[in-house]
Amino acid sequence: MAKVPVQFTLNGSETAEFIDSGTTLLNALRDKIGDTSPKGGCHQGTCGACSVIIDGELRLSCLTLAETCDGAAITTTSGLSQGGVLHPLQRAFLDAFATQCGFCTPGMIMAAKVLLDHTPNPSRDEVVEALSGNICRCTGYEPIIQAVLLAARANSQNAA
Amino acid sequence: MALALQTFSTVKDANAALKSQGTRYLGGGTLVVRAANEGDVSVFGLVRSTEPSLSTITISGGKARIGASVTMAVIARHPDLAPLARAARAVGGPAIRNMATVGGNLFAPTPYGDFTVALLALDATVSTDHGELPIEEFLASRYNSRGIVTAVSFAIPAQGSFRFLKISRVKPKGVSVLSIAAVVEQAVDGAVSSARIALGCMADRPLRAIAAEKALLGKKLTRDGIAPALAVARDGTSPATDPIASAWYRNEVLPVHLGRLLLA
Repeated sequence: MAKVPVQFTLNGSETAEFIDSGTTLLNALRDKIGDTSPKGGCHQGTCGACSVIIDGELRLSCLTLAETCDGAAITTTSGLSQGGVLHPLQRAFLDAFATQCGFCTPGMIMAAKVLLDHTPNPSRDEVVEALSGNICRCTGYEPIIQAVLLAARANSQNAA
Repeated sequence: MALALQTFSTVKDANAALKSQGTRYLGGGTLVVRAANEGDVSVFGLVRSTEPSLSTITISGGKARIGASVTMAVIARHPDLAPLARAARAVGGPAIRNMATVGGNLFAPTPYGDFTVALLALDATVSTDHGELPIEEFLASRYNSRGIVTAVSFAIPAQGSFRFLKISRVKPKGVSVLSIAAVVEQAVDGAVSSARIALGCMADRPLRAIAAEKALLGKKLTRDGIAPALAVARDGTSPATDPIASAWYRNEVLPVHLGRLLLA
């Protein structure tokens, strides 16, 4: 099958690759580009482990074809830390013991980042709603919710 | 898995390409890419169109026209479609709503397709390149359709006349046990002057509760007034048994939730 070119911004860096037509963004990121932070859980749009941010919107990379992202700006969890310093959400997930096996964590952090980008001081219900498309089979969700609220508090204290 | 994706600037050209065996139309990807990921080998080519009208919402003269590529997230935050926001938010989590389109929802198999239940209650019209169809006719033969859906249109319901309820076991979001949408209009004295009730998950595709609609006419929305409608709510239903609920359970709880919706 003929390869098709795709070009997008991945975590602020211009990225270009030749892929097979019909390749999902998840497979392109993990197998071709080498960004393994989005996880392939269900490949059905149910678990949210593959969540990435495309042009500011949360999307599922397992159901998104890479060639439909030509020209887009894509953010994954691996692009959050700056100069070895963890993003406040990553720090909060550690501090609140919100990871166990860690498989769902990148998707959770992406969903939480979109929420905090638009709603810096969310209510608990807003956090629950924002994470409602992401499944965790370990923690029982409460530590994850608390981590997002912790990150929001940390952000507002830093902004003050 | 490799799917050849063809992108066309017009629906006309995409329609022509869709005639090839094994091709499916790609909307938001939540149905066809999922099918391919699951190993559906009947799909080996995808077609999509980037025609701008597919992504446009037009509000005019009390009517809404929603392009088939408009997502649930866009509908949920559109100020003129506020009555429908609840139905749009009932679809999936935030990521799914950013991807799932109104056109795709028309083809979502039970137990999915909650927004189509709302469209059925609203008596929507489904547009394709070949013409327009009432949604009931469209749903009756939806899997035989080879024409790309371009839009859905409907009269925006009067304030308070549209009601929607989705029942799921997982909170806040889960797959439907059932969903109900209703457009109920009342006379000045409170008596029901018209009722159109649509049910999701109560058959292999959304269907109307016609017997319940008739039983509501002239009645007030009180516990006694709606009792005859609830008694016939199950008429014509044939729900599936799936991992979410059994057919028996769905039939048992339908009158309960229809009652709650009508009395809300």
